[in-house]
Parts: sequence; C-alpha cells; structure tokens
Amino acid sequence: MQSTNAKSKMNCQRRKFIGRAGAAAAMLTLAPGVRLVDLALARPADEPASDKVRWGMLVDATKCAQGCTECVDACNEEFGLEGMGRPKTDAQYIRKIDLKDKTTGKRYSLPMLCQHCETAPCVDVCPTGASFRRVDGIVLVDKHICIGCRYCMMACPFKARSFIHENLTNQVPEAPRGKGTVESCTFCVHRVDRDREPACVEACTRAGHEALVFGDMNDPGSGLSQRLRELPNRQIRADLGLNSGVRYHGV
Amino acid sequence: MRSVRYQTLAGQSGGYWILLAVLAVLVAMGYAAAHYMEVNGHYVTGMSNQIVWGTPHVFAVFLIVAASGALNTASISSVFGKSDYKSLARLSALLSVALLVGGLIVLVLDLGRPERLIVAMTYYNFKSIFAWNIFLYIGFLLVVAIYLWMMFEPRMNKFGKSAGTVAFIWRFVLTTGTGSIFGFLVARQAYDAAIMAPLFIIMSLSFGTAIFLLVLIAAFEWTGRPLDDDILRRLKNLLAIFVSAVLYMTLAYHLTNLYATEHHGVERFILLDGGVYTTMFWLFQVILGGVVPLVILFSPTLSRTRGALIAASILVVIGGLAQVYVIIIGAQAFPLVLFPGMEENSTFFDGAVNSYTPSAPEILLGIGGIALALLIAVVAMRVLPFLPERLGEQPSATSEPVAAEAAAG
Repeated sequence: MQSTNAKSKMNCQRRKFIGRAGAAAAMLTLAPGVRLVDLALARPADEPASDKVRWGMLVDATKCAQGCTECVDACNEEFGLEGMGRPKTDAQYIRKIDLKDKTTGKRYSLPMLCQHCETAPCVDVCPTGASFRRVDGIVLVDKHICIGCRYCMMACPFKARSFIHENLTNQVPEAPRGKGTVESCTFCVHRVDRDREPACVEACTRAGHEALVFGDMNDPGSGLSQRLRELPNRQIRADLGLNSGVRYHGV
Repeated sequence: MRSVRYQTLAGQSGGYWILLAVLAVLVAMGYAAAHYMEVNGHYVTGMSNQIVWGTPHVFAVFLIVAASGALNTASISSVFGKSDYKSLARLSALLSVALLVGGLIVLVLDLGRPERLIVAMTYYNFKSIFAWNIFLYIGFLLVVAIYLWMMFEPRMNKFGKSAGTVAFIWRFVLTTGTGSIFGFLVARQAYDAAIMAPLFIIMSLSFGTAIFLLVLIAAFEWTGRPLDDDILRRLKNLLAIFVSAVLYMTLAYHLTNLYATEHHGVERFILLDGGVYTTMFWLFQVILGGVVPLVILFSPTLSRTRGALIAASILVVIGGLAQVYVIIIGAQAFPLVLFPGMEENSTFFDGAVNSYTPSAPEILLGIGGIALALLIAVVAMRVLPFLPERLGEQPSATSEPVAAEAAAG
C-alpha cells in the first residue's frame, strides 16, 4: 500500500515536471500516439463534469491480439463481475469479438463495449431517465431509478448492456450493482474522475498491445485526438448516425 | 328505438363459483411465479442478456393489444351509431379495461424492480415511447371508466357518444404507442419499421374481437340468456375482415423487408430456417391463426354453427399469441448485425442465433394475467349490470328499462 502511494506520488511529481517542462516538447519526444502521461488534472469532487470534454476511445484492431482477453479480465476485476457459470445471463461490460470476412477470409479481433453514443438509443428509450449521458459523453445507468424494464437492452445496437439476473455478493465499492437493474461499461467513470484511464486501456497498455487509446475527443491536443487524425477509423453501425464515442481502426 | 334491460349475473350457481375459484387460483399462481422470479432474479427464467423480453412480454403485449380491440364493439355503437351493437357496449368497455389491467400487471411484475413502479410514475423521460405509454395506458383506463359511467347513468347517456369518441381516438393512439415500442427500435433488423403501428392496430381489432366473441358467447350461454344469431353473424363478418387485414399487413411487412437486402438475413430466419419461429409463423400465425379461421368464417355452412365460430375465435387468439411471440422473441433470437459481411463470434453470443425456452414461471405469470383479466370481468358482471338480459330483436314484454340508454346516446 505504502509503496503504491509512494509510486503514485512519484508519478504525480513526474507528471508535474513534464507538464512544466512544456507540453509541446514532451509530445515531440514521444512516439506518436503513445500516451505515457496525461496532462489533465483530476477535477475536484464538488465540480460537475464539463461539457467541454468528450471522453472517447480508439480501438486499434491491428494491434488487438487474437485470443488476448487482458481488457476483459481487467474490467471484470475492476467491477467485480464474477461469472455465475451461466454464460447467457452473466454480465459482460466488454467482450472480445472475433471476426472473419465472409468474402476474403481475413480475420480480426477486437473488443466491443458501450460505444458511449452522443445520441444514445438507450437514453432515448429509457422511460424514467435512468439511462443517461453525462455532459462529458459518458453514458451511464442511474441504478436508483432503473426499474429493470430492459427497453435499453432492446434498443442498444451494440448489445452492450447486461441485466443483473441474480443476487450479488462481494461488490466493489466504486461500482455498486443491484439485482434487477441494467448495467454496462461506464468508461470507468470512477477512475476517469480521478484522472486515471479505464481499466481495460491500462491493461492493454500493460500487456504491451496498446490497442486501446482513451482521451478527450474535444481536445485537439489529446493523444486520442492525434491518433484519430492519423489513423483511418470508423464507427460501428455508423449508418445509425449515433456519433459513437468509441472508434475503430483496422476493421 | 327499443330499450335494453341489463341485469347482473346471479352469481349463485356452482358453476359461477367454480369459475371464480379456477381464475383466482390461476391469478395466485401467476403472482407466486412473479414473486419467485423477483426473489431469485431473472436467471430462473428463460430470459437472458440475449433474449431480454420473454414470454411475460408476449402475454402482456397480447393482452394490451387485445384490450384496445375489445373496445371496438362499443365504438361501433357510440361513434358510428350502429344501434345493434349498443346493448353490448358495456361488456365491450369492461373487457377492454379488464384485458388492459391484466396485461399491465404482467408487464409490471416482470420488471427487474417491480417495487419501483412509483419511480416509473414520478420520473419521466419524454423522449421514451415507454413513458408516453404509461400515460396512454392510465389515460385509457380513465377514459373508458368515464365512458362506462356515461353509459350506466341514464342522466349522462347523452354524453355517451362524446365519451365513446374520445375512447375510440384514445385507443388508436394507445395501440400506435404499443406498436411503436417496436417500430422505434432502430437497432434490430426485425423492427425499425413504421408499419408496426398500423399492424398493431389491426392486430388489436382482430384479437380483441375474437376475445369479445368468446366472452360474449360464454356469458350468454352460461347464464341462459337468449343470444340472437344476427349479432353473432355481424361480429363474425367483422372478425373475418380483421383477420384478413392482419394477414395483409403481415404480407406487406415481410414484402418490404424482403426487398431490402440488409433485411434478408432476418427474413430468411423467420420465414425459412428459424426453427421454432418459422413453425410459429407459418403453422400457428398464418395457417391456424389466419387461413383456417378465414375458411371457417367465410364458409356458408360452417359459419352458421356457434361451435365453428367459437373455434375460429380460439384459433385467432392462438394465432395472435404466436404472432406476438414471433414479433418479440423471434426478433431477438436473430443476432444483431454489427459487422455486415463478417462472421461474428464471441463469448457474448455475437453472431449466433439466441436460444430461448419459456420457463414455467414466465408461462404461469402470463396465464395469471389472462386469468386476472377474466376474473375482473366475471366479478364486475356480478356486481354491475354489464350484460343485457337478452340479445335479439324481440324485447321482452315484461322488461322495464332499468338502465335504458337514450337512443341518442
């Protein structure tokens, strides 16, 4: 515990140092897209989320390894998603999809998660407003007013949501869950609000794949924005015009 | 104009009490099933993260759709001034309320958090068709209750036509809302279609008329009330038109989908190789629920017998349940298409046809909803004079117009 604190303190100092040394210089010396530092500072707890920010993610499918489930495992651990041995009702916030082009036979592997749409169908259809989009683009479920009608699950084009089918024990304090309500990827909002990256992104980077890039889509200087400018990318079900917050490269 | 004498059910016979007891037991079993689902969580049902709406929704949507259709007989008398139907208007309105309550109870008891019903009544997202429907359902109950009052209270009879017209318009909006629950879902291949609203309206007329016919015949025959075949013949012809129209709208829906390549997958699934859903569609929905009733209803010899009319109505109800099953569950069984032209594979069943087997609690809950609707109707008929003493051209010489309705009403 102490060593972690010391490490994060050190990280903080290093971050400040690099920040003060000048963002431009730091960016120039880094390989494009490699996101070692985050110049943004965590906002205080009493300050509301800002609509100046739009959190988003780039999935680089060319770097995503077939059979690798680091992101999924990290997510399950972060949210305490323990499988009950019932795959049809077990919750999954992020999953790996293997694709094979029917014509060419080319194979792809990529993670699928809540796409944090700007005009999210789940938010549109929710009768009580439990399904909502935070001003910084993160789509969430207010567990207190979700009645468990599952209309959002019918509406989501990405099958991103899970319904809690049973009583739960051993919950994670940062992400309380409740039987009979719907849940999905939160972009690790509890981490983002503390200036940390989502667990899946961190795990992917740690595993050396760097297939996931998280950041502020509205900030032209963010690592994410740079990569989105550099790499051709697309939205899944772009035909629906949802302006999703998760973009894919290489598929 | 002849006046009609209404009479409550005597409610003394052993048959009446047995009927009440059977319905009450079914309601209790439905409630017990819902309680079991709520205590354990939905994993004890056949529903999953793939098939999120299951058998309870089939029963609920069927009942809600049939509810607005059951009002049809009342509407014909009040709005379109067909006095032959006038004496049946009370029963028609009662059935519509009872069916709607039955359907809504099933829907609510299947919620993940049914105890948060108050949340659904106090927090609204007005972009949600579900939120509109909450108003439409509650409003319908109020409007029909007022309509019934206008019919029951002689001094208010003169407002019967206005109240009936409001109820008539309301029921169209309500069924448009129910159909749009599916029509507005852009994500799924089988939905996202404007035809869902008119399809549901015509389905409501068909299912509602079939149920109305069954209840009408049962109520009259079991209580020994004379029932003129003339009114049955008219209702039979109406039912035939509605059944034909459902088949036509179904044809239009599938033809439209078949023209668009992007929908070929789901169409192939429902029409050709969807297993139970293909069987449900062709055998139950189209043949047993559509073609056979039409043959019966249009047959000059068959349609004269009351038994054949009952059989046709039962088949329409079975076909209707099958149709709603295909619409709700068949559409979810077909996988979402995230990457057209690709084979998808994942631990979350992407790209795979989703399996679903209705569980006992789901079926019991659904049947409990039907039983509740009938229980409400049977009890209401015992308490208030919903049923005319007789249905026919020759008014009884002794009958005094106890609750006669003004001809203008």
